[in-house]
Amino acid sequence: MSEANQSAQEFESAASRTETVAAFEDHRRGVLGRLQHLLHVNPSFVPLIVLVGAILIFGLLLGSKFFSPFAMTLILQQVQIVGIVAAAQSLIILTAGIDLSVGAIMVFSSVIMGQFSFRYGIPVPIAVMCGLAVGTLIGALNGWLVSRVKLPPFIVTLGMWQIVLATNFLYSANETIRSQDIEANAPFLQFFGTKFSIGGATFTVGVIFMLALIFVLAYALKHTAWGRHVYAVGDDPEAAELSGVNVHRTLMSVYMLSGLICAFAGWALIGRIGSVSPTSGQLANIESITAVVIGGISLFGGRGSILGSLFGALIVGVFTLGLRLLGADAQWTFLLIGLLIIAAVAVDQWIRKVSG
Amino acid sequence: MSGTTPVVQGRGIVKRYGHVTAIDHSDFELRQGEILAVIGDNGAGKSSIVKAICGATIPDEGEILIEGKKVNFNSPIDARNMGIEIVYQQLAMSPALSIADNMFMGREIRKKGFMGKYMRQLDRPAMEKFAREKLTELGLMTVQSINQAIETLSGGQRQGVAVARAAAFATKFIIMDEPTAALGVKESRKVLELIQDVRARGIPIILISHNMPHVFEVADRIHVHRLGNRLCTIDPKDYTMSDAVAFMTGAKEPPKEGTA
Repeated sequence: MSEANQSAQEFESAASRTETVAAFEDHRRGVLGRLQHLLHVNPSFVPLIVLVGAILIFGLLLGSKFFSPFAMTLILQQVQIVGIVAAAQSLIILTAGIDLSVGAIMVFSSVIMGQFSFRYGIPVPIAVMCGLAVGTLIGALNGWLVSRVKLPPFIVTLGMWQIVLATNFLYSANETIRSQDIEANAPFLQFFGTKFSIGGATFTVGVIFMLALIFVLAYALKHTAWGRHVYAVGDDPEAAELSGVNVHRTLMSVYMLSGLICAFAGWALIGRIGSVSPTSGQLANIESITAVVIGGISLFGGRGSILGSLFGALIVGVFTLGLRLLGADAQWTFLLIGLLIIAAVAVDQWIRKVSG
Repeated sequence: MSGTTPVVQGRGIVKRYGHVTAIDHSDFELRQGEILAVIGDNGAGKSSIVKAICGATIPDEGEILIEGKKVNFNSPIDARNMGIEIVYQQLAMSPALSIADNMFMGREIRKKGFMGKYMRQLDRPAMEKFAREKLTELGLMTVQSINQAIETLSGGQRQGVAVARAAAFATKFIIMDEPTAALGVKESRKVLELIQDVRARGIPIILISHNMPHVFEVADRIHVHRLGNRLCTIDPKDYTMSDAVAFMTGAKEPPKEGTA
C-alpha cells in the first residue's frame, strides 16, 4: 500500500502550496473529501479493505478452520477461472464496453482443445494452440464489429455469446471427454491443474497463471503507452482520437487479448474440472462482471484498476467458502454479493463527483 | 529559412461536399511569428479551410505549401508529425488521466535500455519533468500536481494545459479553434494571455474565433472568410470591430486586395 501512502503525501504537500494566478477552488477539504480523493487515485482501495475485512471476520468466527494456508489457497483455486476471465472482462470494461461472450469463448476454446486432440488426433500442444487461436479470432471479430461497424459492445457480445455457445454444442455434439481419458492420453490438457505444495498451501499452475496474468496486465495498463491508451479510449474515444491515439488499433488489441485470455481460461478450466465439457462454465459471464464491478472498475469505462478485479473475485471466493464453513445457506452468499455490487457502483458514482 | 517565406500558403483551395462548395478557390497565408485570426459567418467555410490546412479534410483542388514546400496531408497525424498542433474548442483530453499523461497522449516517452525496449515501460519522471517545465514556462503551475486528473481542473486550467501541450510540441505553428468559446470571462483572459505568450516564443498561431473583442485584442492580421472564399485580410489597427462584422456579413465592400 506504499502507493496509496505516497499519493496521499503528494496530495498533502500539494495542498499546502499557495495559489498565485488563476483562481482554483479546493473543493476537497475535510476527511471525507480526502477519502474521496484517495479513492479517486486508487480505485482498488475499497475492494482491498472489504477483502481484508472479510478475511479477518471469517478468521475470527471460524478460527484455524478458515485462517489456514490450506483454506486460503483453496479460495485461490476456486476463483482461478473467474479471476482469469475477470482479467479479460476488466480490459473490455475499461474501454467502456462489456463482454457477454467471455464464458462462451472460454468453453468453446476448451472444447476445441479437447476435440482436436481426441477426434482428429492432433498433437496436444498444437490442439491447445488452435484453441487459443480460435479464442483470439472470436475476440477479433467482436473488436472489429465494435470498432469498425460501430455496434454497441453489449449487442455485439450478446449475439456472439449465442453464436459461439450454439457452435460449441453443435460442434461437440454435446459430448463430454472424460477426465480419465484425458489423464491417460492427453495429460497436457490438464496442465493448469498441476498441483504443488508449499508448507500447507496448495497451489496449481492455474492459480499461478491467474496471479501472473493480473500482475502483468496491471503493469502494462499503468506503465506502458498501450495501457494509457486503453484508459483514454474508455474515458473519451473522440478526445483520444484527437490526441493522436489510434482508437481502432487500441480496441482491436483489447478485444483480441480478451479473447486470448478467455481461451487460456478454457485451458485452465480443463485443469480445474479434469474433463472437457461443453456445458461447463455457464456462470462465467455474470461472475466475471460481478468481480469487475465489486473490484471498483467503472462500467462507464476509463476508471479502475485490474488489481481491483482480482480483489473482487477473491471477495466472492472468501464469502462463498466462509459462509459454507459457517453452515449458512448458500443464498446468503448471493444476497451479500448483491449488496456489494450495488454498494460498489454507488461508491463509483461518488468518486466520479470529484470532477463536478 | 528566409523571413519572408510564409509559414503556410494555400493556393486556390477547393473543397466540395456533393453540390455544396465549402471552399471555392480560396487562398490562405500565415506569416512568421504572427497571430492570424480567421473570422467569418457560420457556414462561410472558415473551419473547412483550416481543416484543409491541418489534414482533417483533403481538398479537391489547390495546393498547400508549408515553409515553401508542397505538402499532402492525409490526416491530422501527418500534420502533427510535421510540428503542427491543434487546440480544440471541446478540449481533446481524457478527464480521468493526469496532466502529464494527457500532454504526452499518443507520443509517450519510453525508458531507455532494457525496461523501455523490451518491457516498454514509460519514462514517467522524464514526462513529468517536461510537463512541469512547459506549464511553468507559461505560468500555469497553479495546478496542484502534475499527476492530478484533468477533471479536477477548472475549464480555464484545462484549456491552459491544452495550449501548453500544443506549445510544447509545435515547431511550425498552432491552430486554435475557438479556444475561448467554452470559457468564462476570467478564464478567457488567462487563455488570451497564454496565446500571446506563445507568439512571443516565436510560434505563429491561426486563431479561429467568433469573439470580435478577443480577435481584435490579440490578432496581428485578420483573414475574413465569406461564401467559401477569402474576402480580404485586414490589419486590426486600421479597422473597427463593426467594420470587420460588416465585411463578414457582406454589409460593406471589402478593401482592395493587399491592405495587410
